[in-house]
Amino acid sequence: MNNVSEKNLEKVFTRPKSMIETEFHYCPGCSHQIVHRLIGEIIDELGIQDNIIGIAPVGCAVLAYDYWDIDMSEAAHGRVPAVATGLKRVKPDTLVFGYQGDGDLAAIGMAETIHAANRGENFTIIFINNAIYGMTGGQMAPTTLPGQITSTTPYGRDVSDVGYPIKVCELLATLATPAYIERTTITTPKNVLKTKKAIKKAFQYQIDKKGYSFIEVVSSCPTRWGLSPIDSFKWIEENMLKFFKPGVFKDF
Amino acid sequence: MAKKVLMKGNEAMSEAAIIAGCRHYFGYPITPQNEVAAYLSKRLTDLGGVFLQAESEVSAVNMVFGASAAGARVMTSSSSPGMSLKQEGISYLAAGSLPCVVANVMRAGPGLGNITPSQADYFQSTKGGGHGDYHIICLAPNSVQEMADLTVLAFDLADKYLIPSMILTDGMVGQMLEEITLPEYKTPDDLPEKDWVLGGAKGRERNIARTLWLYPEDAVEKNNILLQERYAYLQENEIRFEEYLLDDAEYIFTAFGISSRICKGAITRLRESGIKAGLFRPITVWPFPYKALEKYSLNKQVKFFFDVELNAGQMLEDVKLAVNGNKPVHFYGRFGGYVPGIGEIIDEFNKYV
Repeated sequence: MNNVSEKNLEKVFTRPKSMIETEFHYCPGCSHQIVHRLIGEIIDELGIQDNIIGIAPVGCAVLAYDYWDIDMSEAAHGRVPAVATGLKRVKPDTLVFGYQGDGDLAAIGMAETIHAANRGENFTIIFINNAIYGMTGGQMAPTTLPGQITSTTPYGRDVSDVGYPIKVCELLATLATPAYIERTTITTPKNVLKTKKAIKKAFQYQIDKKGYSFIEVVSSCPTRWGLSPIDSFKWIEENMLKFFKPGVFKDF
Repeated sequence: MAKKVLMKGNEAMSEAAIIAGCRHYFGYPITPQNEVAAYLSKRLTDLGGVFLQAESEVSAVNMVFGASAAGARVMTSSSSPGMSLKQEGISYLAAGSLPCVVANVMRAGPGLGNITPSQADYFQSTKGGGHGDYHIICLAPNSVQEMADLTVLAFDLADKYLIPSMILTDGMVGQMLEEITLPEYKTPDDLPEKDWVLGGAKGRERNIARTLWLYPEDAVEKNNILLQERYAYLQENEIRFEEYLLDDAEYIFTAFGISSRICKGAITRLRESGIKAGLFRPITVWPFPYKALEKYSLNKQVKFFFDVELNAGQMLEDVKLAVNGNKPVHFYGRFGGYVPGIGEIIDEFNKYV
């Protein structure tokens, strides 16, 4: 057993070649690194590392360009779909994806989100919904659950005061134009694979010029939730998924 | 000889964008610049370009960010209230060294103000406007001809120096009809090569359009030093201004844009009655022609400067900086969207003679 040399072993799991060899800055148990890796795998599998542009949001993923070895743009807070529109309208044959959190996408950037979807812009938005502002210190997000404690809802989100969380997939599915809208999560290996399948399908739709695609990934924020990584995943299963139900909301 | 055409200022600016090779425009409706969108929606569609009516000015300017990062010659336009919304995006474009052309067809403010002509966004346009230490090239046309000529120049300077350029005009220049000669159309070969654009890293290192520098080794100060060096170079090399009857002038009017046209009328009338007046007109209001103006303040024959603007005295501060106390600087402004006539300006001028 001890004599097994490396040359007799086949490497079956490696860093995607579209990903830069570095350490993530994300907290342990955060979903960003899982989704980042999935995107890296998909870029490799589709062979599009040299024909893709990613757009980083404002939020914890603002440094996303440190992780994929591809052309990247930053965007002002909430403006990812607008920047993506400009990029894609100039480079219609290059794959463009935006990567946004819940505050970026559903609060300050809601107008851009809805109108890019409604125009049927041929790009993909990946929406990391972890029901909280991670980077700025755990404030209430537009997707914070009723009663959920955050640094700006110390007594829990009071829906009589600030309303209910916004279900973005359901909202966008009321529009006629979007091609593909799906909500997934990453709480189990099976769910991670489902998420990968959804993002890959969205990218393929874009390559096939089918139009706007939107994948929401119900995600964790152990640090701001004050939970361990394992308990965070349980919290998603027991609380978030009841409100944000996974499923395909639109598929042309 | 090139054909003369009769055009509105806003339309001349729009056609000049086409002439300059711009095939991407993103905007949001606001008066008094709606001719731009009406004109370009047809022209760009017919040319196979992109005209997109955005959901807001905020969105439009961020579409410009994306299109510029992808290497296109791209333009947006608006008027004062809409320009306030674009300032965030302009700060990002400036930070990211992304070229583009932004036109502000000024109307009266603050607030919704009025749709009538004004020059009250001089501070906003020349001193930054958005957050951070930055400037943009700011060109102030005073005729329909210049709306065309300076728009082409704005695109060329933006690409040359990797900086947003602004056409700072007003509702009157935008709306008025004049006979002009359009500049020559650029071909794709006339446009500069860009090696920094996003579009898929095929056969090259990847490119990043960024405005955030978090780490000490690539600190934001480095980017700011780069920007300040660029601004210093522009201040030395890209100053533009008009000198009108200044050789023997004892009284020097200073004005930009539409105000300068009215001042010229006043100067003609003053000269008819033997008063030696002239005009110094900044065309680049940023970079401002401080040194050229200062030179006149040292002329012994010059008795005073008379600054006329459609605001409460904004360029006046730059005029005073240039004159540096060498001569008195008087001011007359109207700032409610009202455009003074020649007689009104002469009456005010005469108070100081």
